[in-house]
Amino acid sequence: MSETRYTKDHEYIRVEGDVGTVGITDFAQKQLGDVVFVELPQAGKAVAKGAEAAVVESVKAASEVYAPVSGEVVDVNSAIEGQPGLVNEDPSGKGWFLKLKITNKAELADLMDEAAYNSFVSSCS
Amino acid sequence: MLNNQGRPTTPKDTGSAAHKTFTGNRGLQMEEALLFESGRLDVTGVDLDEPAPFVSRLGALERHDEIGLPGLSEPETMRHYVRLSQKNYAIDSGLYPLGSCTMKHNPRLNESMARLPGFADIHPLQPQSTVQGALALIEELAGWLMTLTNMEAVAMSPKAGAHGEYCGMAAIKAAIAAKGEGALRKVVLVPESAHGTNPATAAAIGFEVRSVPAGADGNVHPDAVRALMGPDVAAIMLTNPNTCGLFEREIVEIAQILHDGGGYFYCDGANFNAIVGKVRPGDLGIDAMHINLHKTFSTPHGGGGPGAGPVVLSSRLAPFAPVPFIKRDGDTFALVEDASGTQALGRLTAFHGQMGMFVRALSYILSHGADGLKQASEDAVLNANYVRARLADLMSLPFGNRPCMHEVLFDDTWLKDTGVTTLDFAKAMIDEGYHPMTMYFPLVVHGAMLIEPTESESLASLELFIMTLRDLAMSALRGETKRFEGAPFYAPRNRLDETRAARSPVLRWTKPAPIVEAKAAAE
Amino acid sequence: MRYLPLSEDDRAGMLARIGVSHVDELFADVPTHLLLKEPLDLPRRKGELDVARQLGRMAARNVAASSVPFFVGAGAYKHHVPATVDHLVQRSEFLTSYTPYQPEISQGTLQYLFEFQTQVALLTGMDVANASMYDGSTGTAEAVLMAHRVTRRKKAVLSGGLHPHYAEVVRTQSQLASDEVVTLDPDVGATEDILAQIDDTTSCVVVQTPDFFGNPRDLTAIAEKCHANGALLIAVFTEVISLAALKSPGAMGADIVVGEGQSIGNSLNFGGPYVGLFATRTKYVRQMPGRLCGETLDAEGRRGFVLTLSTREQHIRRDKATSNICTNSGLCALAFTIHMTLLGEAGLKRLARINHAHAVQLSGLLTGVKGVEVLNPTFFNEFTIRVPGKAVDVVEKLAAKGVLGGVPVSRVLPGKGLDDLIIVANTEVNTDEDRASFVAALKEVV
Repeated sequence: MSETRYTKDHEYIRVEGDVGTVGITDFAQKQLGDVVFVELPQAGKAVAKGAEAAVVESVKAASEVYAPVSGEVVDVNSAIEGQPGLVNEDPSGKGWFLKLKITNKAELADLMDEAAYNSFVSSCS
Repeated sequence: MLNNQGRPTTPKDTGSAAHKTFTGNRGLQMEEALLFESGRLDVTGVDLDEPAPFVSRLGALERHDEIGLPGLSEPETMRHYVRLSQKNYAIDSGLYPLGSCTMKHNPRLNESMARLPGFADIHPLQPQSTVQGALALIEELAGWLMTLTNMEAVAMSPKAGAHGEYCGMAAIKAAIAAKGEGALRKVVLVPESAHGTNPATAAAIGFEVRSVPAGADGNVHPDAVRALMGPDVAAIMLTNPNTCGLFEREIVEIAQILHDGGGYFYCDGANFNAIVGKVRPGDLGIDAMHINLHKTFSTPHGGGGPGAGPVVLSSRLAPFAPVPFIKRDGDTFALVEDASGTQALGRLTAFHGQMGMFVRALSYILSHGADGLKQASEDAVLNANYVRARLADLMSLPFGNRPCMHEVLFDDTWLKDTGVTTLDFAKAMIDEGYHPMTMYFPLVVHGAMLIEPTESESLASLELFIMTLRDLAMSALRGETKRFEGAPFYAPRNRLDETRAARSPVLRWTKPAPIVEAKAAAE
Repeated sequence: MRYLPLSEDDRAGMLARIGVSHVDELFADVPTHLLLKEPLDLPRRKGELDVARQLGRMAARNVAASSVPFFVGAGAYKHHVPATVDHLVQRSEFLTSYTPYQPEISQGTLQYLFEFQTQVALLTGMDVANASMYDGSTGTAEAVLMAHRVTRRKKAVLSGGLHPHYAEVVRTQSQLASDEVVTLDPDVGATEDILAQIDDTTSCVVVQTPDFFGNPRDLTAIAEKCHANGALLIAVFTEVISLAALKSPGAMGADIVVGEGQSIGNSLNFGGPYVGLFATRTKYVRQMPGRLCGETLDAEGRRGFVLTLSTREQHIRRDKATSNICTNSGLCALAFTIHMTLLGEAGLKRLARINHAHAVQLSGLLTGVKGVEVLNPTFFNEFTIRVPGKAVDVVEKLAAKGVLGGVPVSRVLPGKGLDDLIIVANTEVNTDEDRASFVAALKEVV
């Protein structure tokens, strides 16, 4: 049973057990435009909540991807390095960025659930 | 004998019969191959005689391999580059309303002055006794810049605006270090509306950037600065007039806050052209400001450079100016090139700065005089406000219909639900024969359109520009998206695939693989 | 005023249409007591004739390189630039256009930048080059920063053969950024042991070839040691024409090649504007500073060019950009690329041979002057000589005799005990008569 939570910086984290899959939301990919480059961390790297975990670039914009919660990077999606367009085509599926082994699941409580995020997004646009 | 071969002299209306041409050319719009496709390794457009036999002193490192550089004869070279030039928009061909970039007329007197052998054909390291006129020119320009800004000193060597920022911020860092506060003051305040060069410069010098929010009126407010000011703050970098085209009306108080807190005030002088002869930055409390000679004093932009970015400095920062600088003793000028034994922050470039740009800028300044410079600023502001006044009923002004400086900023609120974006609107301007305005900058405004007409436009030119934008705007508001979404239709190229360029970068020509050549030949 | 098209009537009508009565109402945000009411106490406007006279008088006080036997180099060189070059760079569409941010109407600038990048990559023996830096010295400093980003280390080692001003620019920058720099002692004879300085804390080694004193340097062993230690080799040149005569830095294993392009297409200009050339390996391209032009297609499938990989740059990345550079040396790059096109491979290599042949001739003549010693076993178009007495005095005395005979090393490297050395350059512009005058004058002053 997975549960997805969202940040105000438009990252999502889909939690299954101790591991969360992190990516950017559909709203975020639309704001950026065609993604042309991603920079992913190395597996094994420890990241604190809110710290820069990856970088995503389109032609005219660049953005950090922040860790929604603290954890250790256990896997990265190297497919999006070769095909950055996957981030646009399928942000919540094939366009995921990295998997985090979550250090403190209590931090998830600070994040928005889907309903809260959707209303946050409608206030952004 | 009479010439009795008549021919039709009244054209028929065949307007819709345009066809694809064999060459890809469209009349005067020529396609042009890459030099690497048309040139050959054994062709040269320069006649040089082979030297008489001699014994090489190159040693073991002599080059024997092929470099791969094709050449063209002189007539082919001329045609190649003339054809390329014809694919460019330029100030000389039309109004170039690129906000923040100041695309004003580039007088050709300045070009001819810069090419005088006494300026263009002198070496930066030849004996100083043989370049006294050059040093005198730099001093004369420096004098004008200091008087126009009411500042104590000026560092002439920075090569462009961003390099000037670097120089000014480095002087601030040196001054802070001299006071023993180097470990303490690490933060530079930068408004959200700043040019990207400001945070990039601060970071390059090892400062931490703290963002200052802009007020709802487009100005930076003293309270916002006061809230961020502290013993860790080294400086603020503020653009004035700012990138929204507005004069920072509380700038004096902001300067006071910085000074009271032990910090410095760096001003990005990119928009100095609005206020030359109207108000002096030194009177506003500024400690350092770069002057883009290629904006305010009209040295040509040249497709992206070269520029020049002298930095005026207050008395608090003057001792830290980099080498080289000039010392005057009566009619004799001496270059100080060695930083040792001075408080100079070091050296920023190999030689003395952009001499070629100094000559052009001084030629521009002498031509205008104090009265002409003031008039130029007033006309630049007048032209921008005229555009504002004539478009305010159609296009949206994010900070209300209040006077602007030399450029006017619209946002895309007025385009909401039309299906036309700022980008589309800008590209449609190309079809009408205009270079687009600056768009999507400053970042504090959504879908920004920043229009700077400059003082070089006549009233007739402005009227046509305004009528064109009104026509486009009404068309957008009527929902005529076809005119916009595919634009430009009449440029040498229509929209280019920038995603493709960035995802698989091709940054140089490479020889096609043989199999590809063979295939191309077969086709 | 001849540059201002508005008439007084125009102005009055426009103010009325805006709804103000005086232009100063448009300056209402300026604190009233600071708004200047009258023009500053400075000269008033002048016609072309007066300006040309005033500036002409200043120009006449300088000794132009073409007017005397001229042997000054050490980072900037006097070469002949074909008339076509200056004509073309003054085309309105090149001279008065902005950075090509609107590619549909900037294909001229973009295509020549693409050609320029290719020429620079070929000359240096590298994969890719950018669209130019301000000059060789600032380019070198940028290369050091780039190496720090690539290696995530902070220590640069500078050869004692690096142009002292370039080294100073690197040191100034490094001090501001709290990076470490090791500068080796001035290395007149190219004998320094730079290999001993390289270890696993080294970010980059910066070596100039031909070096400041004119010695061509083999970079192969330095490159190998750098790579074995995870460091980058930055190869620097100040005389770009030397690349046609000497093994390319890329072939010797350099990771970044940077230098001054002034010699091709550009005048001496008393030090600027010049054009910095900057090339590297494909794998490092995202860490490069400066603009890059790339090939793509337009909506109809036609080839076209755009500025690309812009997310490295300040206008997008802001405080995380690879550099703060914005304006570069576009028009000087154009002059470079046109001159290079005129030369082509055949012309460039011949030009290099002429330069070298002239320098060989001059070194032979100078060796014959009593008390004068040519120090370089090998060189391209400049070398270092030792003179009896102070080099500064010798150069001044030569100037008094109408010969500009080189750069005293002590002017650029003061306080190093190198007071009797002069760097002498010789290019295609120098004639047999020039060399004879130089030698005759030198005989009189030493």
